[in-house]
Amino acid sequence: MLRFLVQRLATIPLVAIGVITILFVIFKSVPGDEATLAAGATSTQAEIEAMRVRLGLDRPLLIQYAGHIWGLLHLDLGYSSTFRGNPLPAILERIPATLLLMSSAIAVTVAIGIPAGLVAGANQNRWPDYAISGGVVALLAIPNFWLGMVLIAVLSVQMRWLPSFGAAGAASLVIPTIALSARLIALVARTTRGMVVEEMRKDYVRTARAKGLRWKAVLSRHVLRNVLIPIVTVIGLQAGYLLGGSVVVERLFAWPGLGDLMLTGVSVRDYTLIQGATLFFVVGFLVINLAVDILYRFINPRLRHG
Amino acid sequence: MDDVLAIEGLTVELDLSRGRFAAVRDVSLTVGRGEIVALVGESGSGKSMTALAVMRLLPEPPALIAAGAIRFRDKDLASAPEDVLAGIRGDRIGMIFQEPMTSLNPSMRAGPQVAEVLALHKGLDGKAARKRVEELFARVRIPDPARRFDDYPHQMSGGMRQRVMIAMAIACDPDLVVADEPTTALDVTTQAQILDIFRAFRDEDGRSTLLITHDLAVVAETADRVAVMYGGRIVETAPVERLFEAAAHPYTRGLIASIPNPDEDIETRGRLTEIAGAVPALWAMPKGCAFSPRCPRATPRCADEQPSSETIAPGHVVACWNREDAR
Repeated sequence: MLRFLVQRLATIPLVAIGVITILFVIFKSVPGDEATLAAGATSTQAEIEAMRVRLGLDRPLLIQYAGHIWGLLHLDLGYSSTFRGNPLPAILERIPATLLLMSSAIAVTVAIGIPAGLVAGANQNRWPDYAISGGVVALLAIPNFWLGMVLIAVLSVQMRWLPSFGAAGAASLVIPTIALSARLIALVARTTRGMVVEEMRKDYVRTARAKGLRWKAVLSRHVLRNVLIPIVTVIGLQAGYLLGGSVVVERLFAWPGLGDLMLTGVSVRDYTLIQGATLFFVVGFLVINLAVDILYRFINPRLRHG
Repeated sequence: MDDVLAIEGLTVELDLSRGRFAAVRDVSLTVGRGEIVALVGESGSGKSMTALAVMRLLPEPPALIAAGAIRFRDKDLASAPEDVLAGIRGDRIGMIFQEPMTSLNPSMRAGPQVAEVLALHKGLDGKAARKRVEELFARVRIPDPARRFDDYPHQMSGGMRQRVMIAMAIACDPDLVVADEPTTALDVTTQAQILDIFRAFRDEDGRSTLLITHDLAVVAETADRVAVMYGGRIVETAPVERLFEAAAHPYTRGLIASIPNPDEDIETRGRLTEIAGAVPALWAMPKGCAFSPRCPRATPRCADEQPSSETIAPGHVVACWNREDAR
């Protein structure tokens, strides 16, 4: 376990350096002059040249790259035109809101998706299965931004039950969470259903019945345990999608998270801010993957001893 | 001898897409107290279905108990509600399955899987349950029970897993153990050890066992009485010694003749005999005796008319129009 942890932790900086390099190359090759963007549209030619020297953009690319890495090692993401300096504090400030939205979406997914899949799988080809499977197809087909707009139109504008934007209290979390988790709930419910159907045919289920357990207990004590293993994998893999989805959803609901900040950077072509936010998304994704791997070993005894 | 289990005229039908077929037909069988009764037959004879029907563990549908009774204690399991059945399963009847590799939950430690039965039926948990499970492990001769308690199934051999299954089946001290091919998946050494455990249950604990097997060698070593099944019906029942000495049904004779005898001189012994052909499919059962298409003694009457059961000696019942009488 310790060896596994060390190995996995060691890969995180490696992947991070790769991503930093790729981002550096991409942003150096996009059209537009960085110095002009940094100095602002109304600045004079002299001001632009002064900014170019100040940011070191007049020096060779390799030197710039080395400077970029050196800066990152000192927690300096570079010059952001939006914040007139290092955007790190602004990024850090936005992270809790994104984490809150993501954990709330995952919690809702676990709380709805897994039980729905269990019920559907245990009642294969009977009405509860048809109802749940129908709902799954519907949720998978609906894009989250569209769902978000419909929710705003109905729950906020018409019924006036919930706020449609911002992060003021628990109520404002409801609509963004539904919009973000809808697809994942459907995926998890579908995976769970399939796994339950498969597991129910296995010999250990018959053994559990032969012990005198009722179906409900067989499901909750025996089947669920084995079904959880692939479900954690699905949720883990989809958490990356959730990070991406949060960018759209946060903007849609003016949720003050990292995705919203990144889109702000995009709209004003603040390359430093986009680079910094992307880097944090990548690290977040790596951390989620690591967490899933650890959890996976925890619930699958065959991996622990293998 | 008072009977622990009495199956009376049991018929199990399967509702398949191509029609409804009887897989178990008019089967009657008893298991007395402290007795090991073997139910013998080849694949497709209906023996496992009979065993699962006793526990009411057949998937219903497609399976359906169409007729008959399964008398156990004061109840008829064939018509008992699920509540009553759940109370009997694991408590009064323990069951052991053929596949030790897959019959245990792979993500649960072995000990707690056995302890679960004790918690369910005896309200035993915590330290008391663990102590009892370790006793049971010792009873089925699992070495180092305290350590094995915390093992996962994948850390155990097939023989060990089958012992865990047996410990589970006897945990609540049941009146009857139904063992469906308990040694088939095991190597011969392990098989002998497991059969030893079954004999000890009978001789030391007075336990009753319904043993399902296709292996007459297993029968000869363990059973008191034997019922031979073919095509969903019991064709011959006899005490074990009588069966090996004076089998009267041509099918039973064929089975016995196909057991290799290692004591015979390799020079003088003849070719090992076999029964030509295969068990007819459910939808192609003859109107009369199911064995008639393969039977060396078959007459036209055999194919048309189901032979009635006749008692030809104490405890020896045969259903055959042309039985082979004792030599």
